[in-house]
Parts: sequence; structure tokens; C-alpha cells
Amino acid sequence: MRFHPTEEQLAIQDALKGTLEDAMPRERLEKIVNGGGDFDRESWNALMALGLGGLALPESVGGAGLGLVDLAMGIEVLGQGGVVGPVLQHCLAGLALNLADDADARETWLGKIASGETVATVAFGGNWLPDSWAVTVAGGKASGVIGFVPGADAADLILVGTQGGGLALIEKGAGVVVEAVQSADRTRRLSAVTFDGAPASVLFEPGDARIARIFDAALVLTSADALGGAQYCLDLSVAYAKEREQFGVAIGRFQALKHQLAQMALEVEPARALMWYAAYAWDSQQDDAARAAAMAKAHIADRYVSVARAAVAAHGGIGYTWEYSLNTWFRRSLFDRAYLGSPTVHRARAADLAGW
Amino acid sequence: MDLSYGEGAETFRREVRSFLKGAWQPGERRKDELKAFIRDFRTKATDAGYLYRAIPKQYGGSEQPADVVKAQVIREEFARARAPMEIGGNGMSMLVPTLLEKGTPEQKDMFIRQTMSGDMMWGQGYSEPATGSDLASVRTRAELVGDEWVINGQKIWTSQGDRATHMFGLFRTEPNASKHGGISYLMLDLNQPGVTRRPIRQMTGEAGFYEFFFDNARTPASWIVGERGDGWNVSRTTLKHERASIGSADALGGTFRKLVELAQEMEIDGQPAIKDAKVRDALTKIEGWVMAHRYSSFRLFSLAAAQEQPGLVGLMMKLLLTETGHEMALLAQELIGDHALIEPASAGTRGRGPEKWLDQIMGTLGNSIAGGTTNIQRNIIAERGLGLPRDLAMEADK
Ligand SMILES: Cc1cc2nc3c(=O)[nH]c(=O)nc-3n(C[C@H](O)[C@H](O)[C@H](O)COP(=O)(O)OP(=O)(O)OC[C@H]3O[C@@H](n4cnc5c(N)ncnc54)[C@H](O)[C@@H]3O)c2cc1C
Repeated sequence: MRFHPTEEQLAIQDALKGTLEDAMPRERLEKIVNGGGDFDRESWNALMALGLGGLALPESVGGAGLGLVDLAMGIEVLGQGGVVGPVLQHCLAGLALNLADDADARETWLGKIASGETVATVAFGGNWLPDSWAVTVAGGKASGVIGFVPGADAADLILVGTQGGGLALIEKGAGVVVEAVQSADRTRRLSAVTFDGAPASVLFEPGDARIARIFDAALVLTSADALGGAQYCLDLSVAYAKEREQFGVAIGRFQALKHQLAQMALEVEPARALMWYAAYAWDSQQDDAARAAAMAKAHIADRYVSVARAAVAAHGGIGYTWEYSLNTWFRRSLFDRAYLGSPTVHRARAADLAGW
Repeated sequence: MDLSYGEGAETFRREVRSFLKGAWQPGERRKDELKAFIRDFRTKATDAGYLYRAIPKQYGGSEQPADVVKAQVIREEFARARAPMEIGGNGMSMLVPTLLEKGTPEQKDMFIRQTMSGDMMWGQGYSEPATGSDLASVRTRAELVGDEWVINGQKIWTSQGDRATHMFGLFRTEPNASKHGGISYLMLDLNQPGVTRRPIRQMTGEAGFYEFFFDNARTPASWIVGERGDGWNVSRTTLKHERASIGSADALGGTFRKLVELAQEMEIDGQPAIKDAKVRDALTKIEGWVMAHRYSSFRLFSLAAAQEQPGLVGLMMKLLLTETGHEMALLAQELIGDHALIEPASAGTRGRGPEKWLDQIMGTLGNSIAGGTTNIQRNIIAERGLGLPRDLAMEADK
């Protein structure tokens, strides 16, 4: 039995952390955020050079052949660092494509996704749940509109949720119109994407059981991002509490604040094991994998918003400023909470899945 | 990540199972016969290496190398067979580990075997009327007169004080030394003149804890664990032995399963409450915490098996348990509705109907106080876990 990270997993986390810090120093992040959010080729290339795009893809396509647990631990670090662009969606698109039967599509794209040469994203639509996906594909042409697609402006390839819960692969080009939406989270730009007869190849027919697995993976990865973000908010607050002085002492000496920080830690640290379990259950296809994914997304997204809020409070006035950029993480928490469906939606699903 | 215990553990599991099949057949027995049977069973299970594993053979244990996975397999299989495990209580969980580390050979000989057999039952004598969170401020005096300690003062909130035959605790032996440096860890016999025990009725109606008054009570000079004045450090020894296990997570899981059953039994507008969207949301919200607790206990178990430190999350399990228990109690009250107005048939009996949840509702309050209050838990998380500076008052005290 092993239920804590291996040396290798910790090394991957370290490498990702270092790479992101180098490629995305605070000033660059602020510049991007102030510019309204954007794809960032430099950090993208650095992360992809490290092998992030292929972490959970087979070695035959240049991947590392690891599992969702490893990928989620990686995404966690990026959530902590506030990564820019559709990294999560890109990795997810790779996972999805790797599950598909279409050998040609896998052959053509997986290697390029692994290397990051092709930028991919996923577009689900409706109320996020597969049943509500609505883009139609007829005669190899896709039609419909999907709102709130992360990274669609930068992507070359979009995996599109189709009516009744299928998935189609669309290369950006003729018949695809991307309109940027000003998103609350400035690190992850959203777009509304219109498909008007865009050439599409169907990867999964509606109702294919693998769709549920792909959606579960999306939930796990989002909860990993949320966990990392919450961890960052906690770390920043603890550091600030040791440094900032009022009444002649570090504010971290005041028990009221100390207890608030302990409460934040209580929200973050135990949630880590819940995220791990959800990823592990996905990898090993446990019976409760779907439920664990729903619970992880619901619980951890809630924790993130709560911890980010507390972090702003713990910082006093500076926390509320645009300039200090804690709001970047608060905004990310709002994204993680709403993206793929709110905690309420997933808790209702979890209750259904329990057969209550 | 891998939650299977591995081939070796499964082979071991088969051994435990076949042992239990042979040794644990309680059948129909009279009460006294059953008692003897259980005693005999524990001896056999110890000889087989399943019980009292951390205790050397010479003191009646099975002296097995530490192996948390095997220990967990034993817990699971004994639970499955409904076979009795080790005798529990303060003696086994706190005193014996302390004696093993700090006791003299004579003390080990004298106390461990009798604690294991249940002949000696121990109360933990830490708290006093003026001393709770500030444990180092104990005042109850023990003075060495000839070859005996003479004890005067009062201990309070002693759990299992009705059954306790003996007490271990902290006593002020060096009145002129510093607050932390003047305390010794002593054991004493509670059945002697000079000791008065009085039940304290707790809010559930049960007499769950007791107070003890000492009026020139006596204990041999040799019943001190560790050095004179080193009692504070000796008492800390015990804390190291508190081991997280999957078993502890089941406590919360068990209550949660009962809460789900309650939601299935109770009705809202003629429908099972569990069909109500708000109830489903509230249940799954709580379950998020239950799962975080359960998988964190797997994490602690895994770390312990790898002989690694538990870290931050290890400091949080009690608080998480208390807080989640409290949330469950609140939802239970919501679900039982007006039944929350009814005292169970007689106080402390837990009742039969929905009103039995009153005990759970009040019980969670006990958890938030016993063994270090919620405020103290938060101090520990913040100071030891997050590295925040110590409280001014506590620092002054050192
Ligand atoms: C069910 C139960 C069983 C128990 N069993 C035993 C037993 O077997 N043996 C035994 O010795 N004791 C036992 N106790 C006693 C228990 O350990 C103490 O009650 C507990 O440590 C709190 O001490 P106190 O009651 O003196 O409260 P106090 O320490 O007076 O605390 C009162 C309030 O002040 C707060 N407070 C105190 N100091 C601080 C601080 N530094 N910072 C912030 N807040 C603070 C506390 O959190 C609490 O809210 C038991 C208690 C209960 C409820």
C-alpha cells in the first residue's frame, strides 16, 4: 500500500514549480493579467519542454506513460503558481484522444499534443454535463455554439462535446469562429466558439462510456488546480503573517488571526488526500471513481473560494488591491468553482450516484 | 498510489483468518464463562503474535516488530470476526507506552501485565479545577515522606473514573522549581483511605467522568515514572505513541452512514427526507469532509508504514473529526425535527427512536473539549504546523 507521493512524483512537482517560476515571474504574470489575459508562448514552451503535455500519454507518442494521479499532482503545482492558458484542457484533450479508437487521429495528433507543438483545448457546452452537450455533427460537419471555452483563441485543435454526450475533433480553421469573452479569471481567457459547418471527425459517439471517464478526469484535474490555488493562498497568508507587524509584533502572534490561518490549513491539507483518491480511483477504475471525482470537484472548489476569501482578509487592505495580485488567485477560485459545473450540481450528481 | 496491502499482507490475512476460525467460537455461554473464554482467547491471540504486539514477551506481550500494515490487517480481521481486540482504555493507550519507554524494569513487571489483563484500570489524572488547557500549572501536591509520596489536592474530569482502580497523572513535587520543571509523573492506587471519588453528571445525563479528592493519600516512592521534576517530559512521551490508523477514520464514516439512514427513515412532506434536494446537498457537503478525513487517514497510515513523519495533516485529524461530527449533529437535529425536543427515555440511555441523536449532538461537544480544546488544537496547527510565532502568554510561561 502506498498513499503518499513517490520521490518521482515529488520531483515532477519540483521541476514544474521551478520551470513555472522561471518562465512566469510575477511581473510577467501581472503584465498578462493587466493585458486582459492571454496565452503565453514562453511559459507554454517551457512546460511542454518538460514533458507536461505527454505526462499521462503513452511512451510510444513521446509521453511519459504516467497516470492521472501524476498529472493531477502536476496540475496542482500549476494551480499554485497561477499558470496561464489552457494547460489543463490541453492535457485533458490528450487523455481523451488517447482513449479514442480512431487510430489515424491518435497517430496524427498525440505526438504533437505531447510535445506541445499543437495547442489543444476542450469545449463542453450546455450546463457542462455530457447530457447537455449540444453541437451537432452531420456529414462530417459540426454546427452549434459553445460558450466559455478556455484557450480557444490560442488552440489549434478543439475537442468538442456533441449532442447527447459525444466528442468530436475539430481543427481550427474554416467554419470555426472564436469570439473572446472578457473572463473574470485573467489567467484563463474564455471564448465563445461558433461552429458553422466546420469539418469534424467523431471520436466518441453519444453515450460512449468513455465520455463519462473523460468528464471525470476533467473534474479531477480541476480539483487539483483548485487545491494548488488554495495552497498558494494559505502559503502567502502564512508568510505575510510572519512578516507584517502591528501593535509592535508580527500579526501571526495574534490568536484570532492564527486560528483563521489554522482554519484555512484545515480546509486545504485534508482535501489533498481526497484529490489523490479521486485520481487514484480514476486510474485504477474503482467502482466509486465517478462519485469520487464529483465529490472532489465539489468539495475542493468550495474550499478554494473559502480559503482565497480568507487570504484576502488576512492581508488587510493590501489584499484588496489590484496591485498585490492575490485577486488573481481569488478570480481563479471563482473559475474553478463554476467551470464544469458548480459544487451544487456535482453534489446532486454524487447523491444520485450513491443511489440515495 | 496503491491502496492494496500487497501479497505479503494477504498471506498474513489468511493466517489470521484461519487462527480466528479455530480460536474464536464464542457460541452460547453464560456471562462468567464468556469472560473466561475471552481472557483465554486473548492469551492465545497474544501467543500467536496478534495482540499486544508492541509489548515485550517478558511482560506478557507478543513482541512483534512494528508493522502498521499487519496491525491493520489484524484489526480488520478481528472486526470481521467480531473477536475482541486488546483491552482498551487509558492504561493501554497511554500508561503502558510511557512505562515501556521510561519505566523501570520493576514497574514494567508490576503494571503492564495487570493492565493488559484488565485487573488494573487506569484513570488519567491530568486536569484539575484550575488546570485544563494550561496543564503545566497543576497544583495537586505530592510530597516525599520517607518512602512514600503523600498526595493532597484534587483531580477532575477523569473519564472512566467509576471503573478506575488506579490513576496516573501529573503532580507538583518540587514547589520551588519552575512551572514545567516542578512536576512529576506518578501512579497511585485509588482504592485507599484518603481518596474520595465523586461522579460528575455530564450534560448527556451520564456520569461519564469523576472527580477525585486526595487527603494525605499515599503511593510508594518507587511509583514515579522517570525522574523527579521530569513529569512534563514524561507525559509528552505518550503523545508520540498516538498512531493514526484507518480504524480511526471509520468512526466518522460510521456516524455518517447512520446519518444517511436517518435521512432515509425520516420524512419531509410525506417523502423520505433523503429525496429532498436540500438534504441531499447538506449530506454530500458533509460527506466531502468525511472523505477528506478518511483519505487523510489512509495517507497517515501510508506514511507510518513507510516510517515517515505524519506532518501537518497529522495535527488536524482531531479537529476535523470534531468539526465534522458537529456538522453531522446539526443535520441530524434538522432531520429529527421535533424529536429534538424529547429527552430519550432516561437520560444517558441513548434512547431508541430519533431522539437518540441527542446523545450524538451533545457528544460532539465533549469531543471539542476533551484531550485539548478546539482552540488549543488550532494553536497547535498554527504554531507547530504552520510555524507561526507562539502566543505571548505561552512564551512568557516557558
Ligand atoms: C468528555 C471529557 C472527558 C475528559 N476526560 C479527562 C480525563 O480522563 N482526564 C483528564 O485529566 N482530563 C479529562 N478531561 C478534561 C479536559 O482535558 C479539559 O477539560 C480540557 O483540557 C480543557 O480544560 P478546562 O476544562 O480547564 O478548560 P479551560 O482550559 O479553562 O478552557 C476554557 C476555554 O478557554 C479556552 N482557552 C484556554 N486556554 C486557551 C488558550 N491558550 N488559547 C485560546 N483559548 C484558550 C479553551 O479553548 C476553552 O474554550 C475531559 C474532558 C471532557 C469534556
